[in-house]
Amino acid sequence: MSVPESRRQLSVPVATVEVVDDSLDAAFIHARGLTKRFGEFTAVDGIDVDVARGEAFGFLGPNGAGKSSTMRMIGCVSPPTEGTLRILGMDPGADGPAIRARLGVVPQQDTLDTELSVRENLLIYGRYFGMSRAAVRAKTDELLDFVQLTDRAKDKVEPLSGGMKRRLTIARSLINDPDILLLDEPTTGLDPQARHSLWDRLFRLKQRGVTLVLTTHYMDEAEQLCDRLVVMDKGRFAAEGSPRELIATYSTREVLELRFGPDEDNNVYADKVEGLVDRVEVLPDRLLLYTDDGDGTTAAVYQRGLLPVSTLVRRSTLEDVFLRLTGRTLVD
Amino acid sequence: MQPDTTAVLRQRHVPGSLDRVGASFGFWAFQYRRTWRGTVVSSVLTPVLFLAAMGIGLGTLVDDGGRLDGAYLLFLAPGLLAATAMQTAGFESMYPVMGAIKWVRTYHAMLATPLGVSDILLGHLLWVVFRVTSSAAIYLAVIALFGAVASPMALLALPAATLCGMAYAAPIFAFSSGYEKPSGFAALERFVIVPMFLFSGTFFPVSQLPDVLQPVAYATPLWHGVELCRALVAGTQTLADALLHIGYLSLWIVAGVTAAMFFFRRRLESTG
Amino acid sequence: MTTTLRPGSGSETLLARIVPLPGTSARRASLMVERNALVYRRSWVIIVSGFFEPFFYLLSIGIGLGALVGTVSLDGRMIEYTAFVAPALLASSAMNGAVYDSTFNIFFKLKYAKTYDAILSTPMSPGDVAAGEITWALIRGLIYSTTFLAVMLALGLVGSPWAVLVLPAAVLIGFGFAAVGMAATTYMPGWQDFEFVQLCILPMFLFATTFYPLATYPSALQAVVVCTPLYHAVELIRSLTTGLVDGTVVIHIGYLVVMGLIGLRVAGRRLEKLLLT
Ligand SMILES: Nc1ncnc2c1ncn2[C@@H]1O[C@H](COP(=O)(O)OP(=O)(O)OP(=O)(O)O)[C@@H](O)[C@H]1O
Ligand SMILES: [Mg+2]
Repeated sequence: MSVPESRRQLSVPVATVEVVDDSLDAAFIHARGLTKRFGEFTAVDGIDVDVARGEAFGFLGPNGAGKSSTMRMIGCVSPPTEGTLRILGMDPGADGPAIRARLGVVPQQDTLDTELSVRENLLIYGRYFGMSRAAVRAKTDELLDFVQLTDRAKDKVEPLSGGMKRRLTIARSLINDPDILLLDEPTTGLDPQARHSLWDRLFRLKQRGVTLVLTTHYMDEAEQLCDRLVVMDKGRFAAEGSPRELIATYSTREVLELRFGPDEDNNVYADKVEGLVDRVEVLPDRLLLYTDDGDGTTAAVYQRGLLPVSTLVRRSTLEDVFLRLTGRTLVD
Repeated sequence: MQPDTTAVLRQRHVPGSLDRVGASFGFWAFQYRRTWRGTVVSSVLTPVLFLAAMGIGLGTLVDDGGRLDGAYLLFLAPGLLAATAMQTAGFESMYPVMGAIKWVRTYHAMLATPLGVSDILLGHLLWVVFRVTSSAAIYLAVIALFGAVASPMALLALPAATLCGMAYAAPIFAFSSGYEKPSGFAALERFVIVPMFLFSGTFFPVSQLPDVLQPVAYATPLWHGVELCRALVAGTQTLADALLHIGYLSLWIVAGVTAAMFFFRRRLESTG
Repeated sequence: MTTTLRPGSGSETLLARIVPLPGTSARRASLMVERNALVYRRSWVIIVSGFFEPFFYLLSIGIGLGALVGTVSLDGRMIEYTAFVAPALLASSAMNGAVYDSTFNIFFKLKYAKTYDAILSTPMSPGDVAAGEITWALIRGLIYSTTFLAVMLALGLVGSPWAVLVLPAAVLIGFGFAAVGMAATTYMPGWQDFEFVQLCILPMFLFATTFYPLATYPSALQAVVVCTPLYHAVELIRSLTTGLVDGTVVIHIGYLVVMGLIGLRVAGRRLEKLLLT
């Protein structure tokens, strides 16, 4: 499932991209001890982040980990409770409008203007950025075409399907040619074709030097898009690195998946395979054995007299990293 | 699972038609438990404020003018009683009806029970009767407190106000179920309810209107309601006049219920 | 503090130029107006029909009932009841429109449509949103006031050249009530609370010398009536259309200006608190 080597090499080294002027801090996003509390509850607990220009940075984490809370602080719509935060070298408290002028935001929940048509949603949103009517119109047409909503341009937003609304939100985030794109679970609800077309677009934006920050529950998305990832849990970072580094650090080379009958108690089998490998994960429907030699371990399982309904040897993925770090599966 | 059992069960529990209308009425009454406080406050305050400002305050000026027989308060109070019945009835017959068809789909949920379309309609209308009557009763009590009641005959103004209200509720039920867009309500409110409130003899005698408009005012159900209430509160009602007004108002109710039944069937039975 | 991104272009809203709020730019606030104009372009019928209610009241109470009243004594001068009540209807419809726009409409956008959440992820600030929405309410109100004034002129109910100031005065009334209405809306948890708005509006409409002069009240009640904002609004417009202008006009204007500025400040701050969590 990992991205083909050829594709990875396409990602242009940051230093060669000269789209934005150079007067800014090296880190486009810089946070130290960033904290967000809602009353007594701490949603984000003193995290440090540095995202460089042109980088694609991803947040993984179970529900409620604090991903969206962090994204909203970076988007300058949620003042941090504590810590320092600088975006594009500016302070969100003082320069919120100037920062937001250069951000594109896809929030987790669509916030489309239900009183306007599809096309008007883009037109007026562009106007909020101070774009001229002519510029907005041209950009709108291009974006409607990109998200394949040109034939729905005159419709109200309400009757659109969930995926169409999502596509419109994505188009909206691109209206001002942002320098930083904040995407909170951008592809949730998209069909495979729309998802791949978005990935393609994001990839090209990245090549042009746009900085991407995204959260996702899809490991393929994280692997495809992100140069660097953090796994977030309970408001803190549990791990940080490139997808490959994370897999190398937190998982084994291969994984053996064993399925037994639907009514069997997997915990019993976990005891029976004890000693074969260093780490076993018990999921409701299957057993995961972390090993560097999948075929050898498979043979060993049969030698112990176990008869799984099916066996599968695969390479480790981010899903395994995630499971290891948070004790939960990625999509839940 | 077994068709026989459910058939038996259903047969055993088929309620009589009165019970069914009662069940539909009961639903609206149950809903009302959550909001009654607010409506009681406004049903008491609105008449007090209107009678104090218009009846007494403005009444001073009208009485000084000396162009109306009797005190203005006595003229205005029963007129407002009928007009308020109209407004309460209108309010209860617009959004709640459209909502029960389109948005909350309450009626559809009821249809899944032994209730039929006519039970649903009659039960809901009965609920409006209750709302109109109870707010009119409060109004009547306030009028009495303002000393604007001249005769025990005034008690009959209560059913008269209800009749007037229902002469609006029934046709508006038909409108709400027949016309599919809520934007129609703004127009109904602005171009029908408000003008009738202002020109059907509530605030000044219809004879003040230009000659061409007088027949229009006489044709409105509200004028008949106002006249009926005014004469009853003053104790000057004659039987012949009363029968005329009652007959005219009843005509609107019968026509309205018939039309509402038609649209209810069309909206609820075709779409299932 | 005023941050303008690409300065120069675009029209400035009158309000934002007069009332500098922290983090508010007139050009950005005007974009809120542009958005609302876009929404209402399709439903202009609703806007047009809004004119009829005060007009019907004028015909009914002013002319129909006015015939029974005859004349009213105002500052020792006798004037036709219709000419007495018409300016009051203009003032109270300016209040009604402003309150409706700034309560129901804002509440819907704030709590249900979440319109502002998206807007605030652009350079727009909460102050821009507040100033823009209030400006929109004023523009709508101005349309109604203009048509109503035209009707008054046609019916011969305007008795003084001072009446040229009626429109700015009506805008001021709209500003005062819209700002306070919006501030109040930010404190409302649910729809039920609009019952409370009604409870403030109706008594004012009925008692703030709309339908009869202040002298009708006993003096204790007069003191209460004089405190209500609609009283100042009504008296301001009435003195302009009747020509009975004196020094108290300054008090009326001052009252409405202060009320509006306080409301605007509170509304901007509260929106910030509600939206930027
Ligand atoms: N406005 C708020 N008021 C109170 N608590 C909040 C608020 N916003 C978020 N929280 C809490 O903060 C925690 C983190 O929420 P957040 O939305 O950041 O999680 P997330 O990582 O984005 O989760 P998900 O994957 O479900 O989107 C949750 O426990 C949530 O209930
Ligand atoms: Mg989230």
